[in-house]
Amino acid sequence: MLAKEIERVGIPTVYVTSLPTVATMIGANRIVRGPAITHPFGLDTEERRRIVERALDLLETEVEPNTVWEIAP
Amino acid sequence: MRAVHYVNQFFAGLGGEDKAETPPTRLEGPVGPGRGLTAELGDVEIVATLACGDDYFAEHEEDALAALLGYLDDDHPDVLVAGPAFGSGRYGYACGTLAAAAAERGIPAVAAMHPENPGVDAAGKAYVVPTAVNVAGMRDALPRLGRLASALAAGRELGGPDEEGYLPRGLRRNYFAEQTGAERAIELLLGKLAGETRTEVGGGLDRVEPPAPVPDLSETLVALVTEAGCVPQGNPDRLPSVRAQGWFRYDLNGEETLAAARYESVHGGFDVTLANEDPNRLVPLDTARELEREGRIGRLHDAFYTTTGNGTPVVTATRFGREIAGELREAGVGAVLLSGT
Repeated sequence: MLAKEIERVGIPTVYVTSLPTVATMIGANRIVRGPAITHPFGLDTEERRRIVERALDLLETEVEPNTVWEIAP
Repeated sequence: MRAVHYVNQFFAGLGGEDKAETPPTRLEGPVGPGRGLTAELGDVEIVATLACGDDYFAEHEEDALAALLGYLDDDHPDVLVAGPAFGSGRYGYACGTLAAAAAERGIPAVAAMHPENPGVDAAGKAYVVPTAVNVAGMRDALPRLGRLASALAAGRELGGPDEEGYLPRGLRRNYFAEQTGAERAIELLLGKLAGETRTEVGGGLDRVEPPAPVPDLSETLVALVTEAGCVPQGNPDRLPSVRAQGWFRYDLNGEETLAAARYESVHGGFDVTLANEDPNRLVPLDTARELEREGRIGRLHDAFYTTTGNGTPVVTATRFGREIAGELREAGVGAVLLSGT
């Protein structure tokens, strides 16, 4: 809901979550699938860097509603 | 039983757009589409027709509503019927607004219009019967409108939108089902395999179109927001671990990382052991600072926003979102990195 309301005022928002299905249901538009509920931004800095960069790329991308991006393995 | 019918200047036979400034007026008995509606109302009689010009209503909403509600008070109907307004925006808005105000006063109310008419959103707790987009749908609409209006006038308890033919109002009501959840789920699954997808949990949530992408992140102020319950150690503001009533903004004061010694998560919906070993796993401040130094992002907003996103009702979460969005916009934030669990 936060993602949707922030996007409503025109600020692109990327939502990193391990539950993209729920995020899609509530209407988030830019979603990155995080690795786990307990650590959506990964366990170490290297993994975190990959996730954050992926999220920033999505912020710079024209998207259809409810777009979900995976993290490259 | 008594019904009052609301129509605009055109359907009341007062005139077209040239009479759109007509103030509210009361006519005896059924007029225009009310005559056709009468045949569908059974033992409900249209005792009066209220009419108002579409422009008058739009430009003097408060006065128009007060006058129309005054007529309703005098006529004390068992049901208010408004429209059908089809695809007409101003007419639909007047129908929806009046129906909502009547329903607020305890007068059962139903309006009829095209599902995409802005009047649907104005109808609040009143019922809306869907119609075609133009007046060609009159013949199809009146029997359905009449049926629902009679039921409301008789005080019958209504079933769901599909059963009774009205648009979902975003409400859910508990009821005793004859079959268990497992049986109903299997039925839906078999239906889906046969090519018919149905659901017991209809939409009801609106959608927001994705804003245009950030043109240049290296020139943009980026904010960190989380639903993962990240707070300063000791949770000084007592953020609840479930069913949060609010959100908090914590200044980062140039901090480079969310150090475990200074931050923790109080989220009650998952095991926070890993998160509390390194809170950057929930709010990636360390990485974001790195990217800020490298110039990938222009600047990091020097505060983060936090709440717990579990067990929060949709209306409450929506309020949090709206409040946070307001602050972010004021601060000139151009992009948000949000984390949930």
